[in-house]
Amino acid sequence: MTPTLFGRIQTRLFLVATVGVVWTLVIGPAIRPLVDDADLGDIYRLAFGALTLVAGVGVAWEFVYHGLQQFRWEKDWPTLLGLLTGIPEGVVVYLLLSRGLPWDVGDVPVDAFLVHFTTTWIVIWLVANGPMRVLFIRWRFRGGRLV
Amino acid sequence: MSGDQTVSFERATSAAVGDLTDELIATDVWADEDIDGAGIPVIDVPFVTVGGGLGSFAMVDFLRSAGVPPADMRVLGDSITPTETYEYLATNSQIPRHERLRSDASSVMDNIWGFPSYALREAWSKRSLARVWQVVTEPLIAEYFTPQAGQVYESVQRESTRIGWDEMVALGYVRMIRKRRGGGYFVVQTPTSQQSTKRIAYRCTFVHVAIGYPGVAFLPDLQEYRERTGDYTRVVNAYEPHDHVYEELLRRPCTVLVRGSGIVGSRILQRLIDDRVGRGARTQIIHLFRNYVAGPQGTRATFRRPGANGFAYQGFNFPKAAWGGQLRTTLAQLDGEERAALLRELGGTNTAPRRSWKQQLQQATAEGYYQQAIGSVEQVERTADGDAIVTRVRAADGSLQEVDAQFIIDATGLLARLDEHRLMADLLEHGGAAQNAYGRLDVEPHFEVRGTANEDGRIYASGSMTLGGYYAGVDSFLGLQYAALQILDDLAAHGFGKRIGPARSTAQWWRWMRNRRP
Repeated sequence: MTPTLFGRIQTRLFLVATVGVVWTLVIGPAIRPLVDDADLGDIYRLAFGALTLVAGVGVAWEFVYHGLQQFRWEKDWPTLLGLLTGIPEGVVVYLLLSRGLPWDVGDVPVDAFLVHFTTTWIVIWLVANGPMRVLFIRWRFRGGRLV
Repeated sequence: MSGDQTVSFERATSAAVGDLTDELIATDVWADEDIDGAGIPVIDVPFVTVGGGLGSFAMVDFLRSAGVPPADMRVLGDSITPTETYEYLATNSQIPRHERLRSDASSVMDNIWGFPSYALREAWSKRSLARVWQVVTEPLIAEYFTPQAGQVYESVQRESTRIGWDEMVALGYVRMIRKRRGGGYFVVQTPTSQQSTKRIAYRCTFVHVAIGYPGVAFLPDLQEYRERTGDYTRVVNAYEPHDHVYEELLRRPCTVLVRGSGIVGSRILQRLIDDRVGRGARTQIIHLFRNYVAGPQGTRATFRRPGANGFAYQGFNFPKAAWGGQLRTTLAQLDGEERAALLRELGGTNTAPRRSWKQQLQQATAEGYYQQAIGSVEQVERTADGDAIVTRVRAADGSLQEVDAQFIIDATGLLARLDEHRLMADLLEHGGAAQNAYGRLDVEPHFEVRGTANEDGRIYASGSMTLGGYYAGVDSFLGLQYAALQILDDLAAHGFGKRIGPARSTAQWWRWMRNRRP
């Protein structure tokens, strides 16, 4: 899929709201042992905070990516970039989460955050690179737009 | 595919009955009685696709997943398998089955979803992660993954069986499509099998035309040379059979002049150099450029195509975003000459930036057997002893250079003139179709041929004949699928076939995965 600006934003919001939410629910119990004295509620407060930031701050990121894309002749966004942009995005999400955004989660345990963020990012990336085309047959021709 | 074949066949069956009359030929709209009067048998079928190649295949493949049974469709073509013409042209232009095409991993001809991609399937069949690495890191680290020609043919064959292609094919040459009084069309076919009738008329509501290129195109000076001298051996087109050239090059040292710097030119150069490096040929190659690309093209940082050593480089024949990204959107909003101008900027002559090709040319240049010449050709003539052809090339500074060569290979392309194809010429004259700013068939964004609607009847077209329309990549696997999807949605709106939403799409994909009929 070669994204357009609106396609990027729609695909991100859709995938975070579906794949991201389901994956976060699934992975929650698995990362609980990484955090001392945390119940599942604390874990989900942390994980869903991160997910909310991936969606919210991510929209701003998409404008940046779209701008960079203009300097590529093919006006495409290679798959690898879709994976690697997880690094700067992850750093920003961690910093915001540690400063109490979007809500206060106390100290952010790095290992729990890393496991959740990395796996969620990869699962979303995998779904965007295949199964999305099966579900939405026009999606890849519309730059990632769903509506 | 060539006009010659059509003529010779029609001559052979001229004694049969059930033929077109002068009156029918001169009439734009036919009544049912007109056809009956001429004794032409009529077959009723709602949907007909004309061409029988990959364009027809893409269309039928989508329609089958949209719930249309084989009995409601006919494929009118001159080959049994949908890949036959494509393979013929690809093989001539030096892409045998093991070589790779210039097509994206997810432009999967036998799978309307593009998933799993050719790369994943090759990785699976070869139990190798190398292709996965390539497709994940393309084009930043690795080069674009492109499928082997054989993989495409074999997988299309499997899909043909799955969708019941053979049940829909009726072999023959389509002579004309005429409007029917009361709605729909008559598609007149001259069947290839011996029958009691010379023509068959398919009475249908919807027609899809995907006839590809009418033939090979020669540069005007080479065409003039061939006609004047009758020399069809030394001046050849890359798309016609020309193995005799390579055989001769293995027998004795010769000079070959290659004209054209697009993807086909690159393949011809590869073959010539491969034979020199690996098979002992002593060929000298002179590569003639009319427009030499010395460096990146474009004045803006946001619109600059890579280029060097004469070649303009991009992964595919248009920038990737022309198939589904922002360039598709931009093109869809333009019209007429403005759109044609952007298409020329995005397309034009270009080739794939493959490292192996660049290395070959570097080595060949260093060893002195590959030379470049730049200019426009003024004259092509045979030498007095008949062993060579002299090409007189006028350079930009006005100087004249003479290039002697034993062979000239024209790698500039295929013929796409509408009026060169009898069916298209007829559609322009009698069917209400028109040409676009590119000189090809004028189609709507959903690939309906403008001006040809007849009550509830619609004619659609896809493939190379529609270049210049709202979509750039029409002449590609993904472009054929894009067109098929647009047409499918329009057909569904007219009550033919079902729209493919998420549920149907997923269910049909699962059937595909298990190789079950749609």
